[in-house]
Amino acid sequence: MKKKDLRIYKHPILGDLPERKKIYIYFNGKKLTAYEGEMIAAVLYANGIRRLRRTERFKEVRGIFCAIGRCTDCVMTVDGIPNIRTCITPVKEKMKIEFQEGLGKWKKKIW
Amino acid sequence: MEEKDLVIIGGGPAGLCAAISARKKGIDVLIIDENLRPGGQLFKQIHRFFGSKEHMAGVRGFVIGEKLLKEVKELGVEVWLNSIAYGIFKDKVIGVIKDGKNILVKAKSIIISTGATENPLSFPNWTLPGVMGAGACQTMINIHRVLPGKKVLMIGSGNVGLIVSYQLLQAGAEVVGVVEIMPKIGGYLVHAAKIKRFGVPIYLSTTILEGVGKEEIEGAIICPVDENFKPIIKKKKYIEVDLICIAVGLTPLNELLYQAGCLFTYKGYLGGMVALHNENMETTVENIFVAGDCSGIEEASTAMEEGKLAGISVAEKIRGKKWEDEKDQIRKRLDDFRIGTFGEKRKLSKEEIVREYYERVKTW
Repeated sequence: MKKKDLRIYKHPILGDLPERKKIYIYFNGKKLTAYEGEMIAAVLYANGIRRLRRTERFKEVRGIFCAIGRCTDCVMTVDGIPNIRTCITPVKEKMKIEFQEGLGKWKKKIW
Repeated sequence: MEEKDLVIIGGGPAGLCAAISARKKGIDVLIIDENLRPGGQLFKQIHRFFGSKEHMAGVRGFVIGEKLLKEVKELGVEVWLNSIAYGIFKDKVIGVIKDGKNILVKAKSIIISTGATENPLSFPNWTLPGVMGAGACQTMINIHRVLPGKKVLMIGSGNVGLIVSYQLLQAGAEVVGVVEIMPKIGGYLVHAAKIKRFGVPIYLSTTILEGVGKEEIEGAIICPVDENFKPIIKKKKYIEVDLICIAVGLTPLNELLYQAGCLFTYKGYLGGMVALHNENMETTVENIFVAGDCSGIEEASTAMEEGKLAGISVAEKIRGKKWEDEKDQIRKRLDDFRIGTFGEKRKLSKEEIVREYYERVKTW
């Protein structure tokens, strides 16, 4: 396993990070390696990407704050759907994740 | 509309223990949890718990979590995951969004064990990426196994601040310091000693003035305070960090209890507004119970005991039986746990809650 990323591969209490199926996702068009079961924001942070969106009114950059799906600071546009809480949404093969400007735009109709 | 004997909202330590206790007494139980797996915050607790053998002392939090999940499964408790209980309506009807669909569930009894949320702390640039809750950081390193930063400043020296600092060291991060505005360490000295052994400085009577960085945290300015907590500006100091963790306490998550019409009281030592309840954990709304952090911030160990107490109490009401001995044993274990400087104040606050319950339920 390559160790250039920020994943914790070895841990004194939790042991080695278990082998998981490798998949690929895209962040702003860039291909990233992810593992099945990982949350979107965790994959981004593992790759040093912490700027997830810019707020509508004050144009402030935001990242993960609560990591358990409460604060909605980590929302991004995922497969064309804006405002997805990336800290509690698992990755899927070929998922397209985009930095979200403001409230985002719907690129896909779901109804 | 689905009908259930007991619906438990929140499948953390309190909710799971409530489910196990009630199920063992022959009650049909449904747990509703918004997460992808139950266990609440137990799975990020990788330290050994305190207390006695009955409190599962010496066992690490995530191991306790695994044990509880196994038991819940063996007992055949129904669990709805990825399901959000958004409201409690008249006659104990619960609105749930499950798999994107709206479902109404009618319950004979409800136990609310929704836990708590981390307190934020505002300072300039606290919204930048690189500032997060200490609990959030713990989730990142122990559940997601990703370091959200390499050089960390911890704000707050309560148990959460101390434990997460140590766990950051275990995960391979550098903790450049713990900042505490009070003149002494907030948490247990056992935890403080662990990080001191690694040479992590604990800055007492010190606060954070601001986070530094344009679009991400690159540093922090910390500053000593005088006896009136006013920063002594000329002594301020810049520290290079890429992560600032906030560990300044928790607040009970009790929106559903408000919505259900429960009466509340303010208890500072328990984290803020909490629902009044009696010695069986029943609130002022009949057949709605509370357990765990949402009824006052304590520890997972007390949450589990409160859950058991609530679970048995529900079973008593539905089955028309009494299990007073069992309940007394649980109450004794709760008392045994509520000792020491912190525990004693919580114990008194909990006793006040029960007293206020009886006073206000009379006139209500």
